[in-house]
Amino acid sequence: MARRVGVVLFPGSNCEYDVVEATDALGAEAEILWHGTADLNGVDVVILPGGFAHGDYLRPGAIARFSPVMAAVVDFARGGGPVVGICNGFQVLTEAGLLPGALQKNSGLTFLCQDALLEVVSSASVLTRGVAPGTRLRIPINHFEGNYTVDPDTLHQLESNGQVVLRYVDNPNGSMGDVAGVTNEAGNVVGLMPHPERASSALLGSSDGLVLLGALLDVVAAAS
Amino acid sequence: MRFAVAVEVSLRPGIADPQGATIERSLPVLGFAGIDRVRTGKAIRFQIEADTEAQAQAEVEELCRTFLTNPVIEDAAIRLDTVTGDHG
Repeated sequence: MARRVGVVLFPGSNCEYDVVEATDALGAEAEILWHGTADLNGVDVVILPGGFAHGDYLRPGAIARFSPVMAAVVDFARGGGPVVGICNGFQVLTEAGLLPGALQKNSGLTFLCQDALLEVVSSASVLTRGVAPGTRLRIPINHFEGNYTVDPDTLHQLESNGQVVLRYVDNPNGSMGDVAGVTNEAGNVVGLMPHPERASSALLGSSDGLVLLGALLDVVAAAS
Repeated sequence: MRFAVAVEVSLRPGIADPQGATIERSLPVLGFAGIDRVRTGKAIRFQIEADTEAQAQAEVEELCRTFLTNPVIEDAAIRLDTVTGDHG
């Protein structure tokens, strides 16, 4: 049976339909979940898409974490449900305390919109399960605040636990430990700055994002 | 009692501050010498009603911890001033 994917729409999200398209193309049934709902409608997977939730006012994710839907997302995550935050969604997950660390301004102080070469570091997450460590993926980034920051002890702990799941081959934004994506201890909550949904077809220049989304949806997808 | 609150949010010591570093690098170009340790932040001002200053302080600290700062990377400096008269 097709997996049902809930894509959360905050005011200011702008990648929700790209995620719906990419997951539908993999055979999932995706639906939009308005941020004002407290009910996840029984979906199997939750994705927080990119954009500028609530205008990114105060800090990216700072206001979004108080949206009514987030209490349900936190409960779903605590119960082991797969939750993935992409870009702004990653920022929301760190603000909500579901993932360690914070995303601050890129070290070069420029908004980055470019392809990034990533290396899968750990298969111990819902987004990378079955993907061999060392696999390289070309997936676009599109952010101003993607500079992963955490205290050095926590970073060391994340690395030794296999919670750093994706790393930049050439660090574009100053992220500590070249971190592009992290997971929680249980591996069911993942945040990443790159946009796998924007690398979901050869027509878009790369279909490498399907490797990650396929893993999330239990669908095997080949890298381009 | 009513208090005017000024919260200064800044990156915690040791956290890289790309904006501060960029400002600092530009200073010599603009002819300003002898300035270093530039750190940026943001100021947030509001007023709060509370029975005592201690209660106001505690509430603002909680607000800073849960919302106005991200404690992973930011600190808050709080200043309270009693407001008298027409709550100007």
